[in-house]
Amino acid sequence: MMMNKHLLLKRILELDFVAVDLQLYLNTHPGDKEALYKFNLTVTQAQMLRQEYEKMCGPLCSYRSPSGYPWQWINNPWPWDYQFNYKLTGKEL
Amino acid sequence: MWVYEKKLEYPVKIKKANPKLAKYIITQYGGPDGELAASLRYLSQRFSMVTPQARATLNDIGTEELAHLEIIGTMVRQLVEGASIDEIKAADLGAYYSDHDKAIYPVNASGVPFTAAYVQSKGDPITDLHEDMAADGTIA
Repeated sequence: MMMNKHLLLKRILELDFVAVDLQLYLNTHPGDKEALYKFNLTVTQAQMLRQEYEKMCGPLCSYRSPSGYPWQWINNPWPWDYQFNYKLTGKEL
Repeated sequence: MWVYEKKLEYPVKIKKANPKLAKYIITQYGGPDGELAASLRYLSQRFSMVTPQARATLNDIGTEELAHLEIIGTMVRQLVEGASIDEIKAADLGAYYSDHDKAIYPVNASGVPFTAAYVQSKGDPITDLHEDMAADGTIA
């Protein structure tokens, strides 16, 4: 199923949020097998969604992602632009 | 080294300008306990940190603070972008505007520019970790 850009971005952000916290936890608990399993699962899922996102929206990483022609990296919007981000479920300010 | 990823760690989507709020939030960008100070604090302290756990943690939270810096910068920018000059003056950001327009510049809530004197890096792991708790213990 094709997801739209913002939904895909939301899923990646959610998975990365989990991955960052598990990574920090694992730094001080390197022997926790359950956390390690969850971390590897999360990273693998996020990698798959990144590939899908890049096919649809262009490169995510400055020099780790291939680009279509012409060079796609410079394309707007950038993450600090209003249009780049998706609406949160709460009240919008 | 670092690789930039073209996304925020957490999305920011603010339609309505609110320069008063921007004036308070900007200290989290360039103030004493802001994200710039936090990232420099951790990324500097890691060089002399001793245990594998603590070295990795300083490296990784220092990196994450840079992502937070980007989120705060985005918030301040979106809060001032559509504001009128009168709104900016009413928010007591007139002096900021005369120097920086609506650009993002690292200052605290009262407009004092960022200084490296906000952070410490002493070469003693216990001293540095205590400094981290003082600076980052209440504001993540």
